[in-house]
Amino acid sequence: MTQTTDSFEEIDSAVVRFAGDSGDGMQTVGERFTDSSAFAGNDIATLPDFPAEIRAPAGTLAGVSGFQLQFGNSKILTPGDAPDALVAMNPAALKANIDDLPEGGMLVVNIDSFKSMNLKKAGYESNPLEDEDFRKKYHLVELDLTGLTKEALKESPLKPSDKVRCKNFFALGFMYYVYGRPLEPTLKFFEDKWGKRLPDLAQANSQVLKAGHNLGDTMETARNRYQVAKAPVEAGVYRKISGNEALVYGLVAAAKLSKRELLYSGYPITPASPVLEGLSHLKKFGIKCVQAEDEIAAMGVALGASFAGDLTVCATSGPGMCLKSEFIGLASITELPLIICNVQRGGPSTGLPTKTEQSDLLQALFSRHGDCPLPVLAAHSPSDCFDCAIEAARIALTYMTPVILLSDLYVANGAEPWLVPNVSDLPVIENSFASTDEEYVIYKRNKETLARSQAIPGQVGLEHRIGGLEKGEDGGVSYDPENHEEMSLLRAQKVAGISKTFDPIHIQGEAEGDLLVIGWGGTYGAISSAARNLRDEGFSISNIHLRHLNPLPDDLEEIMSRFKKVIVPELNLGQLNLLLRAKYLVDVISYGKLQGKPFKVSELHEKFLEYLR
Amino acid sequence: MSITTTDESSLTKKDFVTPNDVRWCPGCGDYAILNAVQRTLPELGIPREQFVVVSGIGCSSRFPYYMNTYGFHTIHGRAPTVATGVKVANPDLSVWMITGDGDGLSIGANHLLHLLRRNLDINVLLFNNRIYGLTKGQYSPTSEVGKKTKSTPVGSVDHPINPLLFALGSEATFVARTTDTDMKHMVETFKAAQAHKGTSFVEVFQNCVIFNNKTFDTVTSRDVKQDQVLVLEEDKPLIFGANKDKGIRLNGLDPEIVTLGDGVGQDDLLIHQPRNPNSAYANILAQMTYPTFPTPVGILRQLDGRETYEDALVQQIEHAQSGGSDNLQELLTGQNSWVVEG
Repeated sequence: MTQTTDSFEEIDSAVVRFAGDSGDGMQTVGERFTDSSAFAGNDIATLPDFPAEIRAPAGTLAGVSGFQLQFGNSKILTPGDAPDALVAMNPAALKANIDDLPEGGMLVVNIDSFKSMNLKKAGYESNPLEDEDFRKKYHLVELDLTGLTKEALKESPLKPSDKVRCKNFFALGFMYYVYGRPLEPTLKFFEDKWGKRLPDLAQANSQVLKAGHNLGDTMETARNRYQVAKAPVEAGVYRKISGNEALVYGLVAAAKLSKRELLYSGYPITPASPVLEGLSHLKKFGIKCVQAEDEIAAMGVALGASFAGDLTVCATSGPGMCLKSEFIGLASITELPLIICNVQRGGPSTGLPTKTEQSDLLQALFSRHGDCPLPVLAAHSPSDCFDCAIEAARIALTYMTPVILLSDLYVANGAEPWLVPNVSDLPVIENSFASTDEEYVIYKRNKETLARSQAIPGQVGLEHRIGGLEKGEDGGVSYDPENHEEMSLLRAQKVAGISKTFDPIHIQGEAEGDLLVIGWGGTYGAISSAARNLRDEGFSISNIHLRHLNPLPDDLEEIMSRFKKVIVPELNLGQLNLLLRAKYLVDVISYGKLQGKPFKVSELHEKFLEYLR
Repeated sequence: MSITTTDESSLTKKDFVTPNDVRWCPGCGDYAILNAVQRTLPELGIPREQFVVVSGIGCSSRFPYYMNTYGFHTIHGRAPTVATGVKVANPDLSVWMITGDGDGLSIGANHLLHLLRRNLDINVLLFNNRIYGLTKGQYSPTSEVGKKTKSTPVGSVDHPINPLLFALGSEATFVARTTDTDMKHMVETFKAAQAHKGTSFVEVFQNCVIFNNKTFDTVTSRDVKQDQVLVLEEDKPLIFGANKDKGIRLNGLDPEIVTLGDGVGQDDLLIHQPRNPNSAYANILAQMTYPTFPTPVGILRQLDGRETYEDALVQQIEHAQSGGSDNLQELLTGQNSWVVEG
């Protein structure tokens, strides 16, 4: 009988990264580790990182897929700067990731794959595992995952090639041992996914997972075990949620809150496709999903359905936004409600389709011809996508306008625990419907919101025509110069007036001081962590995170005036910076990054410090 | 889903006329088509508020402004997408889409293709005048090779699109042609288009009096019409000519003109069968063009029974809803939630 070690080292948080070929199932094990950590009561943040090619040649650097997560006993806002433990399934995965692993970090490698052919494909001239300096530098755990998996599945009826494919779960089982993660959520996952359809596969994966866990128990090298206590959080029902999932649920909720039917129209594009796919599975909520022939058509279908009375939504990414521009202008001049989500990725053009960026902000604000201001908002975390979807619908339906909702790949694919809201606590969304009791005047406006009212085809007596030509208040085509200016101003004033409904900006830290950090979108976690750390070190630094990018909140200017310096970190070359300078004549410091990766807490910490010293 | 019909034939043409001034050039063929549509709609038994007219950009696309129904004048080439959205959102509406040869077959050909293959129950009227009128006279995708226009001073080099072949290639379930010179035929054709369940594609020969005047005169002018137009009638032999003495016979895979008499009888002629599932016959008709053949007008193809897109979509939703609850709270909570005690 083997001796069981129960000695855990208590730590506050840990960062684990899994890396392998894109066919190795790294995203799957990463997600399972996330579920297990959520189940254990930790707070978590994740960063899936995969290549643009679905299956690049096996064993090459181009095909390396990774998944990093951070879990901890307090609020975790980012997936972590650098891993404490790295699992590398092959030499390419090692080569692509080893520079991020600090000295002394745990390195688990699948030695079976460290053969001359794979080493060559990864660009290694010699086997790094044979280098004494390398071996000393890390806490190296060498596992023959292929052999161990085969051994564990001796009795399994699976084909030999299918058996070997289970090896990712051996690695996962081993890491579960190291970090004291519960196996139950993963065993349940196997049962739910394959139990009925492929019971042999469910059985095999369960065996392999347990075998990996047991190996940790018996292995001398796994002497370090870590324990992360539960994070103290508000009481309630929690679940894990990704940004795209939260967006889907938020849209479904918004339709219910506005008592409209939901029509989603999309064209497949990374990283927005999961929104189309997610909503397509929710037909029992009455959701109409149209996969259109292109991005332009997706927008046209949504606009037509909006005219016919549905709550309508398109999600896309940068290249798709370019194609939708003309239609967005039509939605603006006809003043029809519509939500356009841009899940941003690296651009321009095809750019970095599987990497994150925030470089479509100015596009969202300005990429129509004519003077055509639109409400723009941005989600700052996976669960925030839910709230932002409801907010976008509120603005669209109450103000009769298209709304652009920005997400980004990091927010869309990342996951975190979410305190599930009580549906009865969600706000009701007001529509701006025309009355059948009075004469319908298409562009007569609500005095408070400046919104026009909407008459839905099928309503008796409200027949009317709208279109892209400028109109007078009565809806007749008008080429009158004064009328065009007046209508343009009214549309602009309507959008500008939405800021009256915003909550006051939440300031993290003191209300005045040396340095104010202004962020938007997916940089929330990194900025908040870096600023919090500096406050803990005694510096006078505060941070705010803008949900509304147009109109900007009314209290923003005054808040900026209370700080000696203002810095805007963003994953672009200074777009919000440009807006703030233009609008408020404030000498904002810009800090941009364009590497397809989120900010590290450490690099922000260092940058902020430059302006605090 | 079906369009609500009413027995009250209380609507008249007047009910579909808007107070707006019609701003097409005097003599434009669009006036006749507008007149025909305004005569057709009150006779369909559909309440006025159920009609939606959607258009793109171009002279023809000003159409919705002149129809006292719900209407949407959209952007260039994209009317099929907006019409699709309207129909999917509310399948009870009678949706009419107005487009032209530039709008529908150049910038918007892709969307038109997808509308036709999806078979939404929408009536598409494509006004073909073989010219860009609103931009003042450049050649269009249906202009004949060698067409001299402002943008092609020594003649165009593009091979033209045949709108009927385009629709047949997209597997449209209803393909017809009519002309702005024949009011009665237009009204008949538009009624048949509305009666057809699925996308109805109607090419309307339309004269642009300013930039391409008399382009169809070789076919439709009063003096040549009877010899140059082949009026298609279901189950009747293909006969034309002022004396009704000419017919179309099939020789192998090729149509040929024959004169009746001298051993050639009606039994030798092709019989018009628009409902034949094989599209080869309709393709033969669509390729019959001036000056070799008389130009066919009428319904070339009419296939019943293919499900419409909106019906299939609604059925999937109804099926899903028959299976279980749509509890939003359950959806948000999901299958793998956990509880943190206070």
